[in-house]
Amino acid sequence: MAVGNPHITTMRSPLGRVRGLGSAKSGTAHWWAQRLTALALVPLAVWFVISLLALLGQPHEAVVHWIGRPLHAVPLLALIVALFHHLQLGLQVVIEDYIHGEAVRLAVLLVMRAAVILLFLIAFVAILKMSF
Amino acid sequence: MKDAPGASKVARNSEGKLIERPLSPHLQIYRPQISSALSIFHRITGVGLGLGTLLLVWWLAASAGSDADYAAAVGFIGSPLGLLLLFGWTAALVYHFLNGIRHLAWDAGWGFDLPTAHASGRMVLVGTAALTVLVWIIGLIVW
Repeated sequence: MAVGNPHITTMRSPLGRVRGLGSAKSGTAHWWAQRLTALALVPLAVWFVISLLALLGQPHEAVVHWIGRPLHAVPLLALIVALFHHLQLGLQVVIEDYIHGEAVRLAVLLVMRAAVILLFLIAFVAILKMSF
Repeated sequence: MKDAPGASKVARNSEGKLIERPLSPHLQIYRPQISSALSIFHRITGVGLGLGTLLLVWWLAASAGSDADYAAAVGFIGSPLGLLLLFGWTAALVYHFLNGIRHLAWDAGWGFDLPTAHASGRMVLVGTAALTVLVWIIGLIVW
Protein backbone atom coordinates (compact mmCIF):
# COMPACT_ATOMS: atom_id res chain seq x y z
CA MET A 1 0.00 0.00 0.00
CA ALA A 2 1.50 3.31 -1.04
CA VAL A 3 1.46 6.08 1.54
CA GLY A 4 0.77 9.74 0.73
CA ASN A 5 4.02 11.33 1.78
CA PRO A 6 5.63 9.38 4.56
CA HIS A 7 8.90 10.59 5.95
CA ILE A 8 11.15 9.37 8.68
CA THR A 9 12.04 12.05 11.19
CA THR A 10 15.33 10.68 12.35
CA MET A 11 18.91 11.87 12.25
CA ARG A 12 20.29 8.37 12.66
CA SER A 13 22.13 6.69 9.83
CA PRO A 14 20.90 3.30 8.54
CA LEU A 15 23.92 1.68 10.19
CA GLY A 16 23.13 3.35 13.50
CA ARG A 17 19.55 2.12 13.30
CA VAL A 18 20.50 -1.49 12.73
CA ARG A 19 23.38 -1.73 15.23
CA GLY A 20 22.41 -3.69 18.28
CA LEU A 21 19.19 -4.86 16.62
CA GLY A 22 18.14 -8.10 15.00
CA SER A 23 20.83 -10.20 13.42
CA ALA A 24 23.47 -7.72 14.54
CA LYS A 25 23.08 -9.31 18.01
CA SER A 26 23.80 -12.92 18.85
CA GLY A 27 20.59 -14.41 17.40
CA THR A 28 22.40 -16.99 15.30
CA ALA A 29 24.39 -18.40 18.21
CA HIS A 30 21.18 -18.81 20.22
CA TRP A 31 19.34 -20.43 17.30
CA TRP A 32 22.26 -22.74 16.54
CA ALA A 33 22.73 -23.80 20.18
CA GLN A 34 19.03 -24.67 20.41
CA ARG A 35 19.28 -26.89 17.32
CA LEU A 36 22.50 -28.58 18.43
CA THR A 37 21.11 -29.39 21.89
CA ALA A 38 17.91 -30.66 20.20
CA LEU A 39 19.99 -32.92 17.98
CA ALA A 40 21.93 -34.25 20.99
CA LEU A 41 18.68 -34.86 22.86
CA VAL A 42 17.24 -37.09 20.11
CA PRO A 43 19.33 -40.20 20.95
CA LEU A 44 19.72 -39.27 24.64
CA ALA A 45 15.93 -38.98 25.18
CA VAL A 46 15.31 -42.35 23.51
CA TRP A 47 18.00 -43.96 25.64
CA PHE A 48 16.61 -42.34 28.79
CA VAL A 49 13.00 -43.46 28.24
CA ILE A 50 14.10 -47.04 27.48
CA SER A 51 16.34 -46.99 30.60
CA LEU A 52 13.49 -45.71 32.78
CA LEU A 53 11.27 -48.54 31.52
CA ALA A 54 14.01 -51.04 32.39
CA LEU A 55 14.40 -49.51 35.88
CA LEU A 56 10.67 -49.62 36.69
CA GLY A 57 9.95 -51.40 39.96
CA GLN A 58 13.65 -51.92 40.77
CA PRO A 59 14.65 -51.43 44.42
CA HIS A 60 16.50 -48.27 45.49
CA GLU A 61 19.86 -49.97 45.74
CA ALA A 62 19.64 -51.33 42.18
CA VAL A 63 18.71 -47.89 40.81
CA VAL A 64 21.68 -46.25 42.58
CA HIS A 65 23.99 -48.96 41.28
CA TRP A 66 22.63 -48.55 37.73
CA ILE A 67 23.02 -44.74 37.69
CA GLY A 68 26.50 -44.95 39.23
CA ARG A 69 28.04 -47.01 36.44
CA PRO A 70 30.15 -44.82 34.09
CA LEU A 71 28.36 -46.11 30.99
CA HIS A 72 25.08 -44.84 32.49
CA ALA A 73 26.29 -41.82 34.48
CA VAL A 74 28.05 -40.23 31.50
CA PRO A 75 25.09 -40.28 29.09
CA LEU A 76 22.91 -39.18 32.01
CA LEU A 77 25.24 -36.20 32.60
CA ALA A 78 25.26 -35.46 28.86
CA LEU A 79 21.46 -35.64 28.92
CA ILE A 80 21.06 -33.10 31.73
CA VAL A 81 23.66 -30.73 30.20
CA ALA A 82 21.86 -30.75 26.83
CA LEU A 83 18.40 -30.79 28.45
CA PHE A 84 18.85 -27.83 30.78
CA HIS A 85 20.72 -25.79 28.17
CA HIS A 86 17.92 -26.48 25.65
CA LEU A 87 15.30 -25.65 28.31
CA GLN A 88 16.97 -22.37 29.22
CA LEU A 89 17.21 -21.30 25.55
CA GLY A 90 13.59 -22.24 24.87
CA LEU A 91 12.13 -20.59 27.98
CA GLN A 92 14.15 -17.44 27.19
CA VAL A 93 12.42 -17.08 23.81
CA VAL A 94 8.99 -17.74 25.33
CA ILE A 95 9.59 -15.10 28.03
CA GLU A 96 10.93 -12.57 25.51
CA ASP A 97 7.90 -13.12 23.28
CA TYR A 98 5.18 -12.77 25.90
CA ILE A 99 6.52 -10.41 28.58
CA HIS A 100 6.72 -6.88 27.23
CA GLY A 101 7.66 -4.72 30.25
CA GLU A 102 11.44 -4.44 30.20
CA ALA A 103 12.00 -4.58 33.97
CA VAL A 104 9.59 -7.50 34.52
CA ARG A 105 11.04 -9.35 31.55
CA LEU A 106 14.59 -8.99 32.87
CA ALA A 107 13.50 -10.12 36.35
CA VAL A 108 11.65 -13.17 34.99
CA LEU A 109 14.59 -14.08 32.75
CA LEU A 110 17.00 -13.93 35.69
CA VAL A 111 14.73 -15.97 37.98
CA MET A 112 14.19 -18.54 35.20
CA ARG A 113 17.90 -18.87 34.54
CA ALA A 114 18.73 -19.16 38.24
CA ALA A 115 16.08 -21.87 38.66
CA VAL A 116 17.34 -23.82 35.65
CA ILE A 117 20.96 -23.60 36.84
CA LEU A 118 20.01 -24.74 40.36
CA LEU A 119 17.96 -27.67 39.04
CA PHE A 120 20.85 -28.64 36.78
CA LEU A 121 23.34 -28.51 39.67
CA ILE A 122 21.13 -30.65 41.92
CA ALA A 123 20.82 -33.28 39.18
CA PHE A 124 24.54 -33.02 38.41
CA VAL A 125 25.66 -33.48 42.02
CA ALA A 126 23.15 -36.31 42.56
CA ILE A 127 24.51 -38.25 39.58
CA LEU A 128 28.13 -37.66 40.66
CA LYS A 129 27.33 -38.73 44.21
CA MET A 130 26.02 -42.07 42.93
CA SER A 131 29.09 -42.46 40.68
CA PHE A 132 31.80 -42.32 43.36
CA MET B 1 17.12 11.81 17.22
CA LYS B 2 13.56 10.60 17.80
CA ASP B 3 11.83 8.15 15.46
CA ALA B 4 8.42 9.16 14.22
CA PRO B 5 5.74 6.70 15.34
CA GLY B 6 5.72 3.85 12.89
CA ALA B 7 8.90 5.07 11.21
CA SER B 8 10.28 1.58 11.23
CA LYS B 9 7.27 0.43 9.19
CA VAL B 10 8.16 2.86 6.37
CA ALA B 11 10.33 1.32 3.67
CA ARG B 12 11.01 1.51 -0.03
CA ASN B 13 9.70 -1.07 -2.43
CA SER B 14 11.74 -2.49 -5.31
CA GLU B 15 10.84 0.54 -7.46
CA GLY B 16 12.20 2.90 -4.83
CA LYS B 17 8.73 4.13 -3.87
CA LEU B 18 8.08 4.83 -0.18
CA ILE B 19 5.56 2.35 1.20
CA GLU B 20 4.23 1.36 4.59
CA ARG B 21 5.13 -2.25 5.39
CA PRO B 22 2.17 -4.41 6.40
CA LEU B 23 2.02 -5.81 9.91
CA SER B 24 2.44 -9.55 10.06
CA PRO B 25 -0.80 -11.35 10.89
CA HIS B 26 -1.37 -11.87 14.60
CA LEU B 27 -3.55 -14.25 16.60
CA GLN B 28 -6.77 -12.22 16.48
CA ILE B 29 -6.96 -12.25 12.67
CA TYR B 30 -5.05 -15.45 11.97
CA ARG B 31 -7.27 -18.41 11.13
CA PRO B 32 -6.05 -21.38 13.20
CA GLN B 33 -4.94 -24.37 11.14
CA ILE B 34 -2.88 -27.47 11.81
CA SER B 35 0.52 -25.77 11.36
CA SER B 36 -0.15 -22.94 13.81
CA ALA B 37 -1.86 -25.28 16.29
CA LEU B 38 1.09 -27.70 16.28
CA SER B 39 3.51 -24.76 16.54
CA ILE B 40 1.94 -23.32 19.70
CA PHE B 41 1.58 -26.87 21.04
CA HIS B 42 5.34 -27.30 20.64
CA ARG B 43 5.83 -24.32 22.96
CA ILE B 44 3.23 -25.48 25.46
CA THR B 45 4.73 -28.97 25.68
CA GLY B 46 8.21 -27.42 25.94
CA VAL B 47 7.19 -25.33 28.95
CA GLY B 48 5.38 -28.36 30.41
CA LEU B 49 8.48 -30.51 30.02
CA GLY B 50 10.43 -27.74 31.74
CA LEU B 51 8.12 -28.08 34.74
CA GLY B 52 8.49 -31.86 34.40
CA THR B 53 12.23 -31.55 35.05
CA LEU B 54 11.23 -30.88 38.68
CA LEU B 55 10.09 -34.51 38.83
CA LEU B 56 13.29 -35.71 37.12
CA VAL B 57 15.52 -33.75 39.52
CA TRP B 58 13.51 -34.95 42.51
CA TRP B 59 13.90 -38.55 41.34
CA LEU B 60 17.69 -38.15 40.88
CA ALA B 61 18.15 -36.32 44.21
CA ALA B 62 16.03 -38.92 46.01
CA SER B 63 18.04 -41.73 44.42
CA ALA B 64 21.22 -40.13 45.74
CA GLY B 65 19.56 -39.80 49.17
CA SER B 66 18.28 -42.28 51.75
CA ASP B 67 15.89 -45.20 51.22
CA ALA B 68 13.16 -43.04 52.78
CA ASP B 69 13.87 -40.20 50.32
CA TYR B 70 13.65 -42.65 47.43
CA ALA B 71 10.46 -44.23 48.76
CA ALA B 72 8.86 -40.76 49.06
CA ALA B 73 9.71 -39.81 45.45
CA VAL B 74 8.65 -43.15 43.99
CA GLY B 75 5.55 -43.11 46.22
CA PHE B 76 4.53 -39.74 44.78
CA ILE B 77 5.19 -40.82 41.18
CA GLY B 78 3.13 -44.00 41.81
CA SER B 79 0.21 -42.05 43.31
CA PRO B 80 -2.83 -41.21 41.11
CA LEU B 81 -1.64 -37.58 40.77
CA GLY B 82 1.93 -38.71 40.08
CA LEU B 83 0.81 -41.18 37.42
CA LEU B 84 -1.37 -38.52 35.80
CA LEU B 85 1.60 -36.11 35.69
CA LEU B 86 3.85 -38.88 34.38
CA PHE B 87 1.34 -39.71 31.64
CA GLY B 88 1.14 -36.03 30.63
CA TRP B 89 4.93 -35.85 30.75
CA THR B 90 5.22 -38.92 28.47
CA ALA B 91 2.76 -37.49 25.93
CA ALA B 92 4.44 -34.06 26.03
CA LEU B 93 7.89 -35.61 25.62
CA VAL B 94 6.84 -37.80 22.67
CA TYR B 95 5.08 -34.86 21.00
CA HIS B 96 7.96 -32.42 21.54
CA PHE B 97 10.40 -35.11 20.37
CA LEU B 98 8.52 -35.94 17.14
CA ASN B 99 7.60 -32.34 16.31
CA GLY B 100 11.15 -31.28 17.19
CA ILE B 101 12.49 -33.69 14.56
CA ARG B 102 9.97 -32.14 12.15
CA HIS B 103 11.39 -28.71 12.97
CA LEU B 104 14.98 -29.95 12.53
CA ALA B 105 14.01 -31.34 9.10
CA TRP B 106 12.59 -27.93 8.15
CA ASP B 107 15.79 -26.26 9.35
CA ALA B 108 17.70 -28.57 7.01
CA GLY B 109 15.36 -27.46 4.20
CA TRP B 110 13.29 -30.65 3.97
CA GLY B 111 9.51 -31.00 3.87
CA PHE B 112 8.70 -27.31 3.83
CA ASP B 113 6.04 -27.37 1.08
CA LEU B 114 2.48 -27.21 2.39
CA PRO B 115 1.22 -30.74 1.53
CA THR B 116 4.32 -32.32 3.10
CA ALA B 117 4.18 -30.02 6.15
CA HIS B 118 0.50 -30.89 6.69
CA ALA B 119 1.19 -34.61 6.23
CA SER B 120 4.15 -34.56 8.65
CA GLY B 121 1.99 -32.66 11.14
CA ARG B 122 -0.67 -35.37 11.03
CA MET B 123 2.07 -38.01 11.35
CA VAL B 124 3.32 -36.25 14.50
CA LEU B 125 -0.17 -36.40 16.04
CA VAL B 126 -0.72 -40.06 15.17
CA GLY B 127 2.85 -40.92 16.25
CA THR B 128 2.40 -39.15 19.58
CA ALA B 129 -0.75 -41.10 20.40
CA ALA B 130 0.76 -44.43 19.28
CA LEU B 131 4.17 -44.04 21.00
CA THR B 132 2.67 -42.70 24.24
CA VAL B 133 0.31 -45.68 24.48
CA LEU B 134 3.14 -48.07 23.53
CA VAL B 135 5.47 -46.70 26.24
CA TRP B 136 2.71 -47.05 28.84
CA ILE B 137 1.76 -50.57 27.78
CA ILE B 138 5.42 -51.63 28.08
CA GLY B 139 5.72 -49.74 31.37
CA LEU B 140 2.64 -51.37 32.88
CA ILE B 141 3.82 -54.84 31.77
CA VAL B 142 7.33 -54.33 33.22
CA TRP B 143 5.98 -52.77 36.41
